[in-house]
Amino acid sequence: MAMSDETMTGGASGSAKAAPVPKGRAAAAGGKSTLGQAVFVILLLGALALPFIFKNFTIFQMTMLMVYAIAILGLNLLTGINGQFSLGHGAFYAVGAYTAAIMMENLGIGYVWTLPVAGILCFVVGFLFGLPALRLEGIYLALATFALAVATPQFLKLTPFEHWTGGVQGIVIIKPDAPFGLDAVLNADQWLYFFTLAVGLFLYWLARNLVRSRTGRALMAIRDNPIAARSMGVNTSVYKATAFGISAMFTGIAGCLGAIVIQFVAPDSFTFALSVAILVGLVIGGVGWLPGALLGAAFIVFIPNVAEEISKGLAGAFYGFFLIAVIYLAPQGAGGLLRALVAKLGR
Amino acid sequence: MELFIQQIVAGVATGAIYACVALAVVMIYQAIHHLNFAQGEMAMFSTYIAWQMLQWGLPYWVVFPLVILVSFVGGFAIERIVFKPIENAPVLSHIVIFIALFAIFNSFAGFIWDFTIKAVPSPFGDGPLWEGAMIGKHQAGMIGVTLIVLLLLWGFFTFTRVGLAMRAAAVNPESARLVGIRVSMMTALGWGMASAIGAVAGMLIAPVVFLEPNMMLSILLYGFAGAVLGGLTSPLGAVIGGFIVGVVENLAGTYIPVIGGELKLPIALFLIVAVLLVKPAGLLGRRVVQRV
Amino acid sequence: MFNRRSLMMAAASAFVLTAAGPAAAQDAIKIGNTMPYSGPASAYGQIGRTIEAYFNKLNAEGGVAGRQIEFITYDDAYSPPKAVEQTRRLIEQDEVDVLFQNLGTPSNTAIQKYVNAKKVPHLFLATGAAKWNMPDKFPMTTGWQPSYQTEGAIYAKWIQENVENPKIAILWQNDDFGKDYLIGMKEALGEAADSLIVAEAPYEVAQPTVDSEVLSLKASGANVFFIVATPKFAAQAIKKSHEIGWEAERFLSNVSVSVGAVLKPAGFEASKGVISAAYLKEATDPQWADDPAMAEWRAFMDEYYPDGDQASSFTVFGYGVAKTMEHVLEQAGEGADAQAILEAATSMDHVENPMLLPGITMTTGPTDFAPIEAMQLQRFNGETWELFGEIIHAESS
Repeated sequence: MAMSDETMTGGASGSAKAAPVPKGRAAAAGGKSTLGQAVFVILLLGALALPFIFKNFTIFQMTMLMVYAIAILGLNLLTGINGQFSLGHGAFYAVGAYTAAIMMENLGIGYVWTLPVAGILCFVVGFLFGLPALRLEGIYLALATFALAVATPQFLKLTPFEHWTGGVQGIVIIKPDAPFGLDAVLNADQWLYFFTLAVGLFLYWLARNLVRSRTGRALMAIRDNPIAARSMGVNTSVYKATAFGISAMFTGIAGCLGAIVIQFVAPDSFTFALSVAILVGLVIGGVGWLPGALLGAAFIVFIPNVAEEISKGLAGAFYGFFLIAVIYLAPQGAGGLLRALVAKLGR
Repeated sequence: MELFIQQIVAGVATGAIYACVALAVVMIYQAIHHLNFAQGEMAMFSTYIAWQMLQWGLPYWVVFPLVILVSFVGGFAIERIVFKPIENAPVLSHIVIFIALFAIFNSFAGFIWDFTIKAVPSPFGDGPLWEGAMIGKHQAGMIGVTLIVLLLLWGFFTFTRVGLAMRAAAVNPESARLVGIRVSMMTALGWGMASAIGAVAGMLIAPVVFLEPNMMLSILLYGFAGAVLGGLTSPLGAVIGGFIVGVVENLAGTYIPVIGGELKLPIALFLIVAVLLVKPAGLLGRRVVQRV
Repeated sequence: MFNRRSLMMAAASAFVLTAAGPAAAQDAIKIGNTMPYSGPASAYGQIGRTIEAYFNKLNAEGGVAGRQIEFITYDDAYSPPKAVEQTRRLIEQDEVDVLFQNLGTPSNTAIQKYVNAKKVPHLFLATGAAKWNMPDKFPMTTGWQPSYQTEGAIYAKWIQENVENPKIAILWQNDDFGKDYLIGMKEALGEAADSLIVAEAPYEVAQPTVDSEVLSLKASGANVFFIVATPKFAAQAIKKSHEIGWEAERFLSNVSVSVGAVLKPAGFEASKGVISAAYLKEATDPQWADDPAMAEWRAFMDEYYPDGDQASSFTVFGYGVAKTMEHVLEQAGEGADAQAILEAATSMDHVENPMLLPGITMTTGPTDFAPIEAMQLQRFNGETWELFGEIIHAESS
């Protein structure tokens, strides 16, 4: 990619502050950026109004959509920005979810505090997983993460930890009410919606800044040309493991929120199907395009329902057909489609 | 001690299952340089076709080659119809298509043939190989067939023009095209062959684990593990890898106290990742040197 | 197969699914349900489709207590988060009157608190966990089938009374289903449990075979082999234990008693002598070939669920539980609301059901939300199950 040369200079010059705004982005700004900002404001206003218009069920569904979007965002940071595969992000989601459940039910700690703890814990777990994963590339990393996803439920129900994890029975969580007397105005579903929205916005902001930071540019350089990056003095091992950690942190926080919203964790909630869903969401939304996470999440939340509406006996098959259809229409996901569209309009 | 030997023999027998699948994995890897996550479901579907033909009363040795042929054509057709239009899409998009195919085959198998398990007869007969033997006739036959497939594959990739062309096409499509290889045809051919080998694996596995739509769900993972352990470029390595996975899994499950039984699968996978860290190309695989 | 209408409906309502089905009469009673129709557990989906077919039959014949039934069933893919979403859709969007036969222990655990808070009856769940019988804590939730723990206790009692110097080896599926049997058996054995159970081996459903586990269990020198497994693994364990000449008294959990779907694939010779406990008639067992109730079931299947599997125990189960619901709706009477239906469901007095073994009936009361609590032991003779001994009542304490 053309970008790497320039980001490299930024990275190697050693001063993050002095690093110039990459040309590519500066060029893309202008018309596109104002349009982007307008879309963002409209979406945000819609999101703020939504809980007062729709039924609790829709609010709940939208909350779950945001939760999955955060999880996908996490994977996007790893795959889209750093170029590493993971078929096992469900494992980090599970770690986050169990952190919330154990802290809330076993230790009686408030749900708000579970988020930073889950984030830090998942960062550590992700970083540690990323260290050996460094030596594994492409297909081998895919296999290792695939194995992680398959093994996750088995770790969760391990007998020696049953006292904490509830074993195969899982843990039931009590749903938090709105604090500060807000519960007079907002019911629990509405409150969790706003809470998730706030966390989601914060994480999105964090992700965007990360991508633009010196670290972000180094990560992208590693994605585009690892050998060149190494020869330019980027410590690829540390960066790649860090990317794994950050990615796991995002997905873990999503898991934490998911557990609070669903009010239940059990090994059966975190099977391989979850990792697959996160990956599908990433690809449908568009690898490397951060807002795509929302579209990807919408796909994995709604399309299975549409598929089973068509046929109960063949629900799985119709889901498969939808997937193929979307990839045919947008081989690079929604992000790719948008890029192509913008390029066309720009000409 | 007796238990130890029994577990090793049982491990070799299950290992033969993994080895068989691992060969199909190597085949597809040689053709597309990637793993096909729908491969197990395709093999399962082929096995259902075999079962259906047997139900119709066709003799086994007619069904066996027929299903291999049908699967070859099926695999070839899938590449042409599903993957050809998006051959330039990124790898991740291909993975999503694998996931889609997985869901489609799995769903249709349950829809057409129901979910109750089906007994698929063994061509080698039931019972132990000889009186008091620890290994059954079918297991012995399965190991034999696996070795034959291994030999054929090795010969194919080493001596035939098509085999060499296929390897060239997968490793370096650009150069292959320059020397006149029809790369896209090679890919389709590889799909067909992988699907055919998968069918053989499915028909051999079904008598042991019973046929049902989810039959291959975990076996494919073990097959991947075996192939990666042995080296994705080496059919012999894949077979050895499959046997090692089978034996290691049984010994871990039997002898590691407390968590051994519950973590059989993760322990086996952990060992494989450990091997990969030391020898990233697998036991017998060749390391691909990347040029800048 | 899918039909044109549902296809168009799906297209029209792609994202925001409309509430009630199109042709629902105003006074139809709405029954909600979740089942795994996709994913690895989709075999269970047959239960939901059987129930749907049975309610179609009832509707075609004029409904129950003067009302049509609108059965709304959604896919939860055996995933608790999905089950929560679908249940909330049923209650908040479709506004169902009752939930019925939601499947799976994890999924029901996930929704139990919510459903009880919403005061929607949560009836006859398709899981054998013991925890659905807690009227004071969860007054909306009832089970249907005998609990796994009860069944485990039945075997334990029989082993202690009939096997000389028993040494028990257990193969169990590592999930809530397997754990419950283990608990039931250990509780019934009491303090003797530690000395009587000489080996336990868990297995994962993700495993290809259980051969290795069976070998280890045999090596423990046990003379009783208890197989707590779902059909595929049960068939493997029966076959393997026979192959290696393990002469133990073998017990088989009730989920795997199907002659056609377990014992026949495992081999009739290998299955000879296996003991299990039953409460339902078994579709493929020759002893019920001429049973009028089973003939009625077959006629129903042919007409209303022709692509259904008549060798599967799930279609018998679905028919039996749907008939129970029919009975409850009849008892609740015309114009019954959710409360009346709950009352009818929790005040059954020796209600008969054509799918239950002769002599087994359903009883519930204010402190007992477990309808079926009796089972009878049976031994496989190589062709068919032979019932023996008395019907064992394990009324909850």
